[in-house]
Amino acid sequence: MAWLSQPVVRLLDEALVGELTVIGAGGQPITHPLIPLYDGERILMHSSTLFSRKLEHIKRNPHVSVALTDPIALRGLPDRATIQGTARIIEDDPHSQWERLILDLWRKKEPVIDAFLRMRVALPLFFERAVIEITPQRCLYWVDGDTSRTPVVTTAPGERAA
Amino acid sequence: MGRSPAPRVEARQLDKLAGYPFVVVAWVDDAGYPMSVATDFSIDAERGVVTLRQPAGEAAAIPTDRAVSVLGSHIRPTPGQGYDERRYQQLWGTAADAGEGSVVVTPTRAWGWDETEVPFFEYSERSVPQSRRYLAELSREKGRIIRPRLSAGWLFLRTTRLPFLSATAVPVLLGIAVAARGGTFDLGLALLTVIGAALAHLAINVSNDIFDTLSGADAANVTPTPFSGGSRVLLYDLLTLRQLIALDLALLGGAAAIGLALVWATGSATLLWIGIAGIALGIGYTAPPVKLVYRGLGEIGVAIGFGPIMLLGAYVVQTGSLSWEAVVASIPVAILVALILYVNEIPDRVGDAAAGKGTLPVRLPQGVVTGVYLAAAGLAFAVVVVGVIARVLPVATLLALLAAPLVWQVYGGIRRYYAQPYALMPVMGTNIKVHLYVGLLLLAGYGVAIVATPAP
Repeated sequence: MAWLSQPVVRLLDEALVGELTVIGAGGQPITHPLIPLYDGERILMHSSTLFSRKLEHIKRNPHVSVALTDPIALRGLPDRATIQGTARIIEDDPHSQWERLILDLWRKKEPVIDAFLRMRVALPLFFERAVIEITPQRCLYWVDGDTSRTPVVTTAPGERAA
Repeated sequence: MGRSPAPRVEARQLDKLAGYPFVVVAWVDDAGYPMSVATDFSIDAERGVVTLRQPAGEAAAIPTDRAVSVLGSHIRPTPGQGYDERRYQQLWGTAADAGEGSVVVTPTRAWGWDETEVPFFEYSERSVPQSRRYLAELSREKGRIIRPRLSAGWLFLRTTRLPFLSATAVPVLLGIAVAARGGTFDLGLALLTVIGAALAHLAINVSNDIFDTLSGADAANVTPTPFSGGSRVLLYDLLTLRQLIALDLALLGGAAAIGLALVWATGSATLLWIGIAGIALGIGYTAPPVKLVYRGLGEIGVAIGFGPIMLLGAYVVQTGSLSWEAVVASIPVAILVALILYVNEIPDRVGDAAAGKGTLPVRLPQGVVTGVYLAAAGLAFAVVVVGVIARVLPVATLLALLAAPLVWQVYGGIRRYYAQPYALMPVMGTNIKVHLYVGLLLLAGYGVAIVATPAP
């Protein structure tokens, strides 16, 4: 169910990079800058098998957060948001499943990816990928990105309160 | 009064973080979810600490009783493309209340990536073991084999390194042209020669890959390029060793069958010995116990194999005998094909050294390597000139000199980018063109000579 506010959705739609934080084997937070995609309900991130430690961490503990913080990566938008949620790894076919799930959304933000995809023979492992499907559960939103002010906290229907 | 704690991470790691305009601090909240928030920060390099402004509100307050990560991240958007200039720096530690609305983190670990320091392709290559481990575990989880894939055509191209066939086409066609200038040409035999030589070349490429992977040479090379570092199909798990050996045997079998057919058709024992020498040189390039490339003899082996052996073999198929003209014509081609290998070995030299491969760029200092390139390339062109003066080669083969300026480009490139594998890629491409263009221009010269020669 789509419940994120429009300003947060706009951040997700514009973001070239967001910070995905996962929980490591020792319980420590580990943050990865990744391109976030949004299908209107879930946040979709993805990872090559080359850089798949984050996938292993998520499989061990699916709790994650996605922060949208950098006005440059947000193409001028000053607001900030952090979305907490639960992730699921989609990896039945790392060779082509991701293309069906996210390629259209990915190329809208990063058109150059089509040129790289044509060179798949040169980068075969880079294009063996898993999709990280995140169901948002809680969102903190800072107008104008000012984190010295208390964020607006919203939760998904039926989820824990702030 | 106690002394300040010693920095737990290197000062340069803190310095790198200092360059970012803000940081994202992350921790695991009481509900067991990661929480992350952007905030301002300052670095005290002497104390080895990061001071963070405490964000407002209970939900975003940085806790002081657990591990936190502090991340600086940067990209540069490139409209219509995506983004570049990727870099990030991450520190881990425990936060402590520093009063006045701030917390201080003493980092104990640091990690980061800056693509200007470690290029993306190298970063990817260093991560290949992680990919293999992940896919092996995924296969166990799913109860079926999950491996990287490429379409059959691309996989064949990558596995055999098909584009390098120009190294075979040039000497074979030139051998046929030298024979034709002497008045001997059989189209059927010429086609069989081209196909057989191509199969032999591809078989040798695959053999070398097998031995380079088994010896650890390919794994030790973390800066492969499209021109160097092998096909890596075994390393990437695109093919199994058994599949690669089967392909190699099929290619070798095809080459041997055509070679024997040509020996039978021409009745030439010389051709048989040339073929045996060629296959032995190709396999012995990396295969034990010969391992020419490990002994600093790889370049000479390639020069002989893809120079005189290919060219004389093609010539003998047509004429049944050897000639000085064919030998002389093979020398510039031999030198220039060896220089393809020689320049391609420059970015591989660290991995080659680690694997015990004593190529010339491993054995020689940079100044000597670049100097030898220029001298050898100059010698290739000098042989053409001397061959013409001595009336061994036709005058029109002087057309080959048109490619000489490319040598200067390559020489400048290897001097400038000697230590930058990826910047060397266009230089390696130009160097391949030197061999190809010289070969084509020699062929053109022979074409002119054949047309200009009055029919008997």
